[in-house]
Amino acid sequence: MSAAQDSGRIRRRFEALKEEGRGGLVTFVTAGDPDYETSREIVLGLPAAGADVIELGMPFSDPMADGPVVQAASQRALRAGMKLAKCLELVREFRAHDDDTPIVLMGYYNPIYNYGVDRFLADALAAGVDGLIVVDLPPEEDEELCLPSLKAGMNFIRLATPTTDDVRLPVVLSNTSGFVYYVSVMGITGTKSATEDAVRAAVERLRRHTDLPIGVGFGIKTPDAARAVAAVADAAVVGSAIVDRIVAGLDADGAPAPGLAGKVHDYVRELAAEVRSREESV
Amino acid sequence: MTDQINTYRAGPDERGHFGIFGGRFVAETLMPLILEVEKAWDAARDDPSFEEELQYYFKHYVGRPSPLYFAKRLTEHFGGAKIYFKRDELNHTGAHKINICIGQILLARRMGKTRIIAESWAGLLGVATATVCALLDLPCTIYLGSKDIERQAPNVFRMKLLGAEVKPVASGSNSLKDAMNEALRDWVANVENTFYIIGTVAGPHPYPAMVRDFQSVIGREAREQMIAAEGRIPDSLVACIGGGSNAMGLFHPFLDDPEVKIWGVEAAGLGLDTDKHAASLTGGRPGVLHGNRTYLLQDDDGQILEAHSISAGLDYPGIGPEHAWLFESGRVEYVSATDQEALEAFQLCSRLEGIIPALEPSHALAHVARIAGDLPQDHLLCMNMCGRGDKDIFTVAEALGVGL
Repeated sequence: MSAAQDSGRIRRRFEALKEEGRGGLVTFVTAGDPDYETSREIVLGLPAAGADVIELGMPFSDPMADGPVVQAASQRALRAGMKLAKCLELVREFRAHDDDTPIVLMGYYNPIYNYGVDRFLADALAAGVDGLIVVDLPPEEDEELCLPSLKAGMNFIRLATPTTDDVRLPVVLSNTSGFVYYVSVMGITGTKSATEDAVRAAVERLRRHTDLPIGVGFGIKTPDAARAVAAVADAAVVGSAIVDRIVAGLDADGAPAPGLAGKVHDYVRELAAEVRSREESV
Repeated sequence: MTDQINTYRAGPDERGHFGIFGGRFVAETLMPLILEVEKAWDAARDDPSFEEELQYYFKHYVGRPSPLYFAKRLTEHFGGAKIYFKRDELNHTGAHKINICIGQILLARRMGKTRIIAESWAGLLGVATATVCALLDLPCTIYLGSKDIERQAPNVFRMKLLGAEVKPVASGSNSLKDAMNEALRDWVANVENTFYIIGTVAGPHPYPAMVRDFQSVIGREAREQMIAAEGRIPDSLVACIGGGSNAMGLFHPFLDDPEVKIWGVEAAGLGLDTDKHAASLTGGRPGVLHGNRTYLLQDDDGQILEAHSISAGLDYPGIGPEHAWLFESGRVEYVSATDQEALEAFQLCSRLEGIIPALEPSHALAHVARIAGDLPQDHLLCMNMCGRGDKDIFTVAEALGVGL
């Protein structure tokens, strides 16, 4: 298959982390939560707060793999008028300010399918998106979006899970690029947490099968947990815990209170400080 | 393309596709289990002891075969086609859902699963699941949209009597699709010991084909019974469609009989020209949800819309992928009936036949009412009476303005 060159941002970022000798912090927020303007302010400030990779949720009405916190984020964004095209607009605005921090869009297939796969890939690449995570597209459906993505120069980041055994792992990794996202628990986002030992064993298992960087997420709820995960994996992915800070910044009517974005950034700074503390302990 | 199809009964392919529809659009956590279910189903299908066990329960517990009944008074009333009802409403628990509960729970037991979950369409699947779980001593959890819990209070109580845990779902639009999302979330978290019963011909492969195969007992029986009664197979079939399992069960054994005219009836709610209906084929377009590509009610951004029907069992924004394929290939004609038409058919059938139909097959009967009078008197029409209406009397009373 003739694949186009990807943006290289994800590779460069993980190489830089390796040189610094530390794990990275991948932050997740839903695009347009709680509204476009506030979301824009949050996302634009993430790199300065210490996010190494930005994962941006594309809101969907039926987010089957997400727990209550991210479900509610999707609902807020949709109620405020978020659309897939506006997610790309948000990335475009971000790219005008930051040409280095990788942006990965995460979501479900139907809005992309509805938008049109080829048109979506062209628009997403033009906006400055570096990778996609699409929860409901396992390797069995690679022809839908994964192969067209790789061909177009878009990284396709696959989820590996505790149920992905050694027989299946090579299948899951075969068309994965950018990094591998290890889902550390069986379940939905933001609920259960894995033990440090389980994460370590899983990362070691993955490393036997791939040279790609490994991000670990689902259930990382505290800066301490983020540090522990970033110490064994290449990056810790934190989502629901950050979205909780958005919720905390809403007033009684659900409107963003002044200073919401700043409080989210404060929390990301706490996470980043812990994740970065690894270099001192090594 | 239609000319080149020499069978409509070969699908799906090994990847679960009916044309472009179907597939396996699920999270990686579930994928190994989906493959395990497929393997177990392939093995069970070829195992005579599985079939024997299934037939034992069908006969002695469900009460199969269900009668094929000549609805004489309705036939006279419409003055055209001879109307037969395939009476799956006489099954134990009052609907066709028990057919797949027995099938899937026996399969779950073969796979060594020790816990059953289901989302419930109209409460009937929940009752049937709780029933079979009681029989086979398995714990079960039923997810119901909180909107459906109100509509189906008697069924919720039945489920609890049978020992099931009933979990109200208050996320999203609080209806069936959200109950499905929640059941999927449960499954992802408990994949090692849990079997997810899908109540209709939808979801990831192999569910649409597996559920169809369990429900096809309806069509196979109807075929034999019509030959016994009239010396030939029916001229037409009519069934209501939410996800479409009762319809697929009746239709599938007849798909390759081109002389049999087949109608599927979707729920038009307050009307197809409003945004309050559940007609995915006639009012939606292809998309991907709940593990399969099919026709969906969705907005211009690909967000799934809430369906509306007076019948909780038809109130779903999608439809089984094989129906989407039969729709595009033209083999089955899909039409719709409104809440109002279904209510009228509900009352008519009660008065003329002494059968209180569920609101779901009342939609099918509403279409029969539309066409029967214009058909010749030797035309044999078979309608699937897939559920009884006891569960719906509160909804109907309210719609008719009667206080109970």
